[in-house]
Amino acid sequence: MHLTREEEKMYQGEYGETIKKSMEILVALGDIYKAEKLVNITSAQVSGVSYKTIGDAGLEYLEDLARDPQAQTRVASTLNPAGVDLEKWEELGFSREFTTHQQRIVEAYGNMDVMTTCTCTPYLIGNVPLKGSHIAWSESSAVAYANSILGAMTNREGGPGALAAAICGKTACYGYHLPENRKSDLVVELECELQGTDYGALGYLVGQIVKEGKPYFKLKNRPLNDNLKGLGAALASSGAVALYHIERITPEYKDALPAEAKDIIFVDRNKLDGVKEKLSTTTKKPDLVCLGCPHASLEEIRNVAETLQGKKLKNDLWLCTSINMKTAADRMGYTKIIEQSGGRLVFDTCMVVAPIEELNYQVIGVDSAKAANYVPSMCGLEVVFDEFENLIDLE
Amino acid sequence: MQVFKCRVISRGKARGKIIHSSQPLSFLGGVDPDTGKIMDINHPLQGESIKNKILLIPGGKGSTVGSYVIFQMYKNNTAPLAIICLEAEPIIATGAIMAGIPMVDHIRPEVMDILAQALDVEVDGDNGEIKVFNH
Repeated sequence: MHLTREEEKMYQGEYGETIKKSMEILVALGDIYKAEKLVNITSAQVSGVSYKTIGDAGLEYLEDLARDPQAQTRVASTLNPAGVDLEKWEELGFSREFTTHQQRIVEAYGNMDVMTTCTCTPYLIGNVPLKGSHIAWSESSAVAYANSILGAMTNREGGPGALAAAICGKTACYGYHLPENRKSDLVVELECELQGTDYGALGYLVGQIVKEGKPYFKLKNRPLNDNLKGLGAALASSGAVALYHIERITPEYKDALPAEAKDIIFVDRNKLDGVKEKLSTTTKKPDLVCLGCPHASLEEIRNVAETLQGKKLKNDLWLCTSINMKTAADRMGYTKIIEQSGGRLVFDTCMVVAPIEELNYQVIGVDSAKAANYVPSMCGLEVVFDEFENLIDLE
Repeated sequence: MQVFKCRVISRGKARGKIIHSSQPLSFLGGVDPDTGKIMDINHPLQGESIKNKILLIPGGKGSTVGSYVIFQMYKNNTAPLAIICLEAEPIIATGAIMAGIPMVDHIRPEVMDILAQALDVEVDGDNGEIKVFNH
């Protein structure tokens, strides 16, 4: 791989051990994926935060790294969700032991100047790369959003790779950084209109079929931004989709369709309903309803508040979001409405990365296909996938 | 002494005994970071320790958290001395660099056979060479 003179100095250790190691990671990844060079990035998004997933090994690595004053991000960098709500962990029932470890991880990232906003939706809180810009993001749902909806260019980076990229301000130029790799390889044609959880079910279905493919969707109706958040998350969790296009909706669709569409998948109401049924592992009523996967937008929070206004919940409800949306929801009075009905606005974390299996819940209700996919395997709990209105139990 | 060319993934030098498997290895769940023993019951090396040996495998697999496991093995003094792969993949490559373990790849399949039989091997991750010492 070709390195500029400046990059060579970074690689040889002239700027200290952390930059040297970070460059080694980028160069090794570049060699593995046959990159010809590095590219400068304008944004990074770093996963590998929950103590539940990275454990003591990750904690030690990050603390070691953060001790080096050279370990500072060079570009706007935000952090993925943590394993607990960093402020209300005790009220929610998380253990002090887990939380203490989690706080140390988040602090280490903060010391390296990764913004500890702890969200999987950085694009809702100001980490918004422009079309055509090279970035290094690692949260799979955010990668799908950045590539597909924003038209920025990123591979699915691993946590340490994204951190190395943030510290060097560079990443290896391969895969989705090259325009020729951003074209679709198959068409998905909808035969029915979509709403609500249909988008997640569609993503789950297509992700399973296309794996790492780049689907081109022809929809019957115009989606909302929040719908696409759910579609991308599902595509990236049942498959490994990093980029998709939607005819007349996403920024690169005009150049994305191959001259001859090789495969076409037709999706009708029956198929979507079949997927929805399969995503639930039980028909029991959930004792905890967990919304906000990916993290809720302010509008989604408003919708929940409007539904709950003046009513009382019988089951527990968590609406997961970022600290930024939480603060705005406080000002708008949504938080108060949700809390008065017995629900909670939870921030910094979510049902996938939090140790909810420690909290004595049996059945988790979700309106996210990604969450439905992960909760049984990562938390060992039963899951019900449905519209939020059907999951909540009102007095 | 025989010398074979290879590609550098992680810099540094180490010399020692080979532990070899023709099966790829997942570090998360596949290796116990406290002992360095392989605990994946479906792996041919199950029960054997890779601590202070030169690990010779086709490549890695499994969760990306595996990179952190390699780092933890280094912290626990249970890590391999060096890693040789046919084709490196990001999980082990990143972990080896994080832990400062020399790692090389792109050896020819017949070299893999020679190394698998060798007793004393040096991985030179600075110059992209593997040396086999014959006693």
